[in-house]
Amino acid sequence: MKVELEADKCVASGQCVLAAMDVFDQDDDGIAILLEEQVGEDRLDDVKEAVAVCPAAAIRLVEQ
Amino acid sequence: MRRIVVVGASAAGLAAAETLRREGYDGTLTLVGDEPLAPYDRPPLSKQILAAEWEPERLALRTPDTLAALDLDLRLGVAATGLEPADRTVGLADGSALPYDGLVIATGVRPRRLPGEGAHVLRTLDDALALRERLTPGRRLVVVGAGFLGAEAAAVAWQLGVHVTLLEPAPVPLAHAIGTEVGQMLGQAHLKRGVDLRCGVTVTEVTDAGVRLGDGEVIEADEVLVAIGSLPNTRWLDGSGLTVGDGVVCDEYCRAAENVYAAGDVARWYNPLFGTSMRIEHRTTAAEQGMAAARNLLAAPQARKPFAPVPYFWSDQYDMKIQAFGYLRGHDEVTVVEGDLADSRFVAAYRSGDRVTGALAVGMPPKAIRQWRQAIATGATWHDSVSTTVPAVES
Ligand SMILES: Cc1cc2nc3c(=O)[nH]c(=O)nc-3n(C[C@H](O)[C@H](O)[C@H](O)COP(=O)(O)OP(=O)(O)OC[C@H]3O[C@@H](n4cnc5c(N)ncnc54)[C@H](O)[C@@H]3O)c2cc1C
Ligand code: SF4
Repeated sequence: MKVELEADKCVASGQCVLAAMDVFDQDDDGIAILLEEQVGEDRLDDVKEAVAVCPAAAIRLVEQ
Repeated sequence: MRRIVVVGASAAGLAAAETLRREGYDGTLTLVGDEPLAPYDRPPLSKQILAAEWEPERLALRTPDTLAALDLDLRLGVAATGLEPADRTVGLADGSALPYDGLVIATGVRPRRLPGEGAHVLRTLDDALALRERLTPGRRLVVVGAGFLGAEAAAVAWQLGVHVTLLEPAPVPLAHAIGTEVGQMLGQAHLKRGVDLRCGVTVTEVTDAGVRLGDGEVIEADEVLVAIGSLPNTRWLDGSGLTVGDGVVCDEYCRAAENVYAAGDVARWYNPLFGTSMRIEHRTTAAEQGMAAARNLLAAPQARKPFAPVPYFWSDQYDMKIQAFGYLRGHDEVTVVEGDLADSRFVAAYRSGDRVTGALAVGMPPKAIRQWRQAIATGATWHDSVSTTVPAVES
């Protein structure tokens, strides 16, 4: 699955980093950065958690 | 369980519904919401929407496709009017009754109001659009209440060229929540831009001319925004037998009664991390609690997990991004542990008893904040976390 991030919606909460530290990071202003765009089965649960907890609805998972 | 009803179609209710599906629940899932719109986000209402930077479409919490994939029995524009736990039914305003095996209550809060007609409140998209239409340069806005909501609205109105008067009953804005020094610093941000912040002022009513104060003085305004806190939406639960007291009272599993859970702004639950019952009006807590409530509803009793989050809140005011972690209310001490209040760049740590229970940061990078969140989450002692060389400020 592919992860999509709408950075201009991000409110810098850091919730995604807490959920999946190997997929998300934050820049110095706190805005989320994608470390990996493609995630395998094993990381799917954590990324889904990030999608669910992101307070700005800025993260999406898309099937390919 | 074959029939689950979620009442309240916003952050907490949507998170609960999504989690139920993610956890494999494939029975009937009814989501009831009294607003006509599909679930949308509220924090931008007092920020990008009020500032007319975003159009309302951007608020949608999910795309129509994502919503459709949840296979919901979606009942929008209809309020729940009653609950009969004995029959396991939720009554709706259209006269129908929904039977349930499991129920999640996520009806949020509504704004407190003042006597008198014609004032704005800010909770729904309609509220925000009605106010934004009136915020044209040169008009006079009185905001009653300098909490986070009132402060954000004042900041946006100021940016739009509106003359803003911000009235606050307490001597210092937010002092009870975040401490005197930090509250004063946020107050200064208004004053130095020319927003007329007046503290220690009680407003008794809204009038045609503006607002009337406790001493009889009238402050004239073209528009009035009342932002003096909120009340949990629990009236529909009257007579249900559920315990309601400033929110739906729940245990540490977010459970209000057998197969009945509550989540989000409406829920008062016992947070074992802080050893106290709390009701939190934060966007992230609403989603996390919706998820926790859904999981516990499906779980066998011995598999339920206590909901023990570190609450997280942010607020945008002028050029400041304020972020707060933990439970700051009722703290015994506040200390600036990094940066400087005077520069509007700092982290303040909050002590309750011998623990670090909160942190508030303005303008700091995420790494500086994360370690404090960690300290709160692990129940670190104050002594271990805060260097004794840091001078304390009184709270
Ligand atoms: C203007 C504004 C700015 C905010 N800014 C921030 C911020 O910067 N940071 C932050 O952390 N939080 C912020 N918040 C708080 C955040 O939006 C809330 O914590 C969050 O919306 C709570 O979600 P909820 O689902 O619990 O409740 P709500 O969002 O209140 O949703 C409850 C829903 O249930 C519906 N409902 C009520 N009664 C019934 C009934 N009887 N039958 C059917 N439906 C019913 C309501 O109409 C509503 O749609 C802000 C809130 C507002 C209003
Ligand atoms: S969870 Fe969402 S809002 Fe928070 S940092 Fe990640 S993308 Fe940004």
